[in-house]
Amino acid sequence: MSRDTGAEKRVGTEGGLIRFGPDKPLRLESRAVLNGLEIAYRTYGALNADRSNAVLVCHALTLDQHVAGENPTTGKPGWWSKVIGPGLALDPAKHFIICSNVVGGCMGTTGPSSIDPETGRVYGLTFPVITIADMVRAQAMLIDALGIETLFAVVGGSMGGMQVLQWAADYPERLFSAICIASAPRHSAQNIAFHEVGRQAVMADPDWRGGAYAEQGARPEKGLAVARMAAHITYLSEAALQRKFGRELQRDGLSWSFDADFQVESYLRYQGASFVDRFDANSYLYITRAMDYFDLAQAHGGVLANAFAKARNVRFCVLSFTSDWLYPTTESRAIVKALNAATARVSFVEIESDKGHDAFLLDEPVMHGALQGFVDSAAQARGLT
Amino acid sequence: MSGLTGTGVGADREDFREILRLVRPGSRVLEIGCGEGVLLDLLAREKAVDGRGMEISPEGVSACLARGLAVVQGDADRDLADYPARAFDYAILSQTLQQVRDPRAVLSELLRIAERAIVSLPNFGHWRVRWSLLTRGRMPMTEELPEPWWSTPNIHLCTLGDFTDLCADLDLRIEACAALDHDKPARPIDPSRAIENWRAEQALFLISQPHAPRISAPPAAPVADTDDLFGR
Repeated sequence: MSRDTGAEKRVGTEGGLIRFGPDKPLRLESRAVLNGLEIAYRTYGALNADRSNAVLVCHALTLDQHVAGENPTTGKPGWWSKVIGPGLALDPAKHFIICSNVVGGCMGTTGPSSIDPETGRVYGLTFPVITIADMVRAQAMLIDALGIETLFAVVGGSMGGMQVLQWAADYPERLFSAICIASAPRHSAQNIAFHEVGRQAVMADPDWRGGAYAEQGARPEKGLAVARMAAHITYLSEAALQRKFGRELQRDGLSWSFDADFQVESYLRYQGASFVDRFDANSYLYITRAMDYFDLAQAHGGVLANAFAKARNVRFCVLSFTSDWLYPTTESRAIVKALNAATARVSFVEIESDKGHDAFLLDEPVMHGALQGFVDSAAQARGLT
Repeated sequence: MSGLTGTGVGADREDFREILRLVRPGSRVLEIGCGEGVLLDLLAREKAVDGRGMEISPEGVSACLARGLAVVQGDADRDLADYPARAFDYAILSQTLQQVRDPRAVLSELLRIAERAIVSLPNFGHWRVRWSLLTRGRMPMTEELPEPWWSTPNIHLCTLGDFTDLCADLDLRIEACAALDHDKPARPIDPSRAIENWRAEQALFLISQPHAPRISAPPAAPVADTDDLFGR
């Protein structure tokens, strides 16, 4: 890395933590400034000689930088091991794959659970409100620090897809291709409504302590668990829930009480309980807020096509799933329509699946085939093969 | 089913060859109902067109992606409205117009989106079709129209004469027309002649809209080569 990035890198090429010095503040959309930004990231594969094979993967709301390989905290495979790996659409043998934890997150990147360098105390609610554009600006700083000028691809599902769109709007000249899966150009009233339920559940927990739970040695586990339970339902389809649980009971007969009689209740309780072990409640508030504030058209004179005006040379791939009611196909079609209006080069497939929004994380052969085809042909056009 | 439905590979080839002949090199092309992208691929390789496709089946779109084509899953009846006016030099609709719900609207859309449209369709006025209907009194089934009436995707069949009437009605100019007969090279014809309405099995039209308002909002510049983008 020849250029001066003003960043200090603590760990080797497999990723780690990068800390930006006082000359590299992150200027936020809210006009607040984050000094001493730290970004936790992981990389897979190697950057080629002409630095043309870098792929940035953007993660969804509650995921992390451990996109492939093994997650060191949970010991489980990375969350997109079906897409990233030898012989898969994104292959560390061909691509230099980067994934970083978003700003506001709780997996190592600066967020509300970090220490404010100015006060020496945990940020809590003094952490500034962040946006999708802020997340993307931080990613661009990381890419700079890694000495990468243009990305071969930026890829993401759900909130990751929003970051992909934001990249196309803010840094089109730095992208060769962009893949946006199960996402939307803005949060709908329903999306905001579900997030508000989650936030209210967190804030209603007495252990939330006005956001200062970390300093007071408490954890709003109940509230965060309820938030996760409500959100989890939105990630599945009715058909998938019915197929998996139906009205099956936990044990013979009803308890005639409010215990978890039904398997679906037990499942949701488990989802909630295990979530609080790995996620920070304030991060949940901040990241859901960032998603609610996302409205790419509004930031471009109310016309979504304007957001992509400079992205005409980027190859886009947009994918949606038939049973995704959180970010339904109509949202992806709005993206495609805007890209068409901007005369960008876009491909779009609606994939038949009954697995709901979470389908993008699961075994979906049609999605994997479409990704493989798109990535391989883009690689050929980019001269990577 | 708005892909290329012809089962006779030979006929398709003639269709493609004629389209390849008509399309200007380096032009911007949208093919509606592009199937697995065989024609778009040919156009990209042989005519260096900047090609885009629309295809209704996800399998077709996936096959196109694997070929490196930019194809959107969509329905000609519904999704053409998403394209800006005059975004393309040519809009190609091969053997599909008779399958859409509103052919008149689709034809108008083609000439809003593109300067020229290339449309091919089976001729229901062909003598074999007429003979079959006259003698058997049943919906004709031919090589071009192989399905029985209750399962055919061809819900708006027309004759060569019908189509030229529609073009006149929409104030469109037929710049060129060729008859495509099974296994024979394309034959340039005057589609207004009654004899061709008997003779042509299929016809391919190059159509423009002479009185169209001059390009009001063109895509600012021709799409730059991706090579340019990366200075190679």
